[in-house]
Amino acid sequence: MKILVAVKRVIDYNVKPRVKADGTGVDLANVKMSMNPFDEIAVEEAIRLREKGKAAEIVAVSIGPAKAQETLRTALAMGADRAILVETEDEVEPLAVAKILKAIADEEQPGLVLLGKQAISDDSNQTGQMLAALMGRPQGTFANAVEVEGDSVTVKREVDGGLETVKLTLPAVVTTDLRLNEPRYASLPNIMKAKSKPLSAKTPADYGVDTAPRLKTLKVSEPPVRQAGVKVADVDELVAKIKALGIA
Amino acid sequence: MKTLVLVEHGDGKVHDATLATVTAAGKLGSVAALVCGDGEEAAKAAAAAATVAGVDKVLLASGPAYAQMLAENVAALIVPLMDDYDALLCNASSNGKNVAPRVAALLDVMQLSDIISVEGDKTFTRPIYAGNAIATVESSDPKLVITVRGTAFAKAASEGGSAGVENVSGPGDQGLSSFGGCESVKSDRPELTSAKVIVSGGRALKDAETFKEVILPLADKLGAGVGASRAAVDAGYVPNDYQVGQTGKIVAPQVYIAVGISGAIQHLAGMKDSKTIIAINKDEDAPIFQVADIGLVGDLFKIVPELTGKL
Repeated sequence: MKILVAVKRVIDYNVKPRVKADGTGVDLANVKMSMNPFDEIAVEEAIRLREKGKAAEIVAVSIGPAKAQETLRTALAMGADRAILVETEDEVEPLAVAKILKAIADEEQPGLVLLGKQAISDDSNQTGQMLAALMGRPQGTFANAVEVEGDSVTVKREVDGGLETVKLTLPAVVTTDLRLNEPRYASLPNIMKAKSKPLSAKTPADYGVDTAPRLKTLKVSEPPVRQAGVKVADVDELVAKIKALGIA
Repeated sequence: MKTLVLVEHGDGKVHDATLATVTAAGKLGSVAALVCGDGEEAAKAAAAAATVAGVDKVLLASGPAYAQMLAENVAALIVPLMDDYDALLCNASSNGKNVAPRVAALLDVMQLSDIISVEGDKTFTRPIYAGNAIATVESSDPKLVITVRGTAFAKAASEGGSAGVENVSGPGDQGLSSFGGCESVKSDRPELTSAKVIVSGGRALKDAETFKEVILPLADKLGAGVGASRAAVDAGYVPNDYQVGQTGKIVAPQVYIAVGISGAIQHLAGMKDSKTIIAINKDEDAPIFQVADIGLVGDLFKIVPELTGKL
């Protein structure tokens, strides 16, 4: 079985995003960028499935600027076999990303597509579900555990009420949640090796996908700022404050 | 505009988050509520949805295929229904996030995720970058698919409406997926997303046992829901459904008590709209104090039991 894994280059998890003064977006100039943390988990899961003998090949895909090549090299260094960069300088919305991934899935015929459940940049949480819809295949979102057996995959999902299990017929799309696994660090030899792994460059037009946005961002603003309040000296003072709130 | 709201329900009752979604939908136009489920529970939920203020009509899709809200089956049901509606609104819950994008893609619509306000027929605001920025976005699609952040809208009254219930049927089981059970701990505590008071614990709680010993008595005293930071969940102190934050639950209680939580931006994203935030932390420079209305610096293992005793 082949696994397709999608990765996105986003602002690093530890960077506090700043809104541009002109309100057109978030300032990404000279900001550290990394692989979306959920996508790292997806790559790791793909590798573990291959290690268990459930997958033969892992193809990593990214849709983004030329620099997304670095993100793909990271996936290759972790253990993906080859990569496809669909290069565009435009911001591509989840629906268009899903359409491009659908076209790639048509070509590659993966048994399983793994993606992070959301990108920590726009927090949309849509792409995997949209891809599954376009492929006409089942979806296992917010995966906490993934078990491939024969022609099906069992996914334990993190849901509002706890954990839920679904069994999906392959091919299927799975989106990863935080506790599915802990991604490995790429070793130096593997980082070197990744440089010579195949990476093919494409454009959205190669897949016949129109990436014109459907949503127009009118403005981006700072959220209301919360002011720090008071510090109390001891528990008695805290008790008085809590009682004043009328909850005890 | 005609809107369709996907109802979430349990024990024959409509979830609070859906009541907030009804309010958001009402800002756009008339509201039809779609109840998917099976058997008596679904019928009860449909009857409950019919009394929600602002709901004009209830559609009930009943059958085993809809019992567990499997996205494949529910999306296949909703897509043809959307011929008659201009907008679909779902809760930004694990269910809504699972179903809505599948519907959006099948309608060739770009979804608006997690809206926090309705600015016009096609214009909404939504948080991005873990709530560090608020985007105002306008859709150019002929139909809208939206998920709604429940804490950002008032709940519609659960009584006062008198909508009719109409049965609808869909294509049924798509044969792509099946439900294999759920693991959830039944608790008498208030549910996080509707709790008036929440006590949350962080990594400083050391282990599952200590978390229980320190946090639960305080929560019991206040009749509070119990939450946790990602670090505490990752470390296995509590199950995943306790997590508050960017990728966990978004809460906005009257009072949020953060115990041993440093206040990473990903956690703040899930609770900074709480009315009053109380922080207890030994590190006086912890970022949680920058958003806390009331802070107490010190050893939580001494403070929390003393506080519980004195309340």
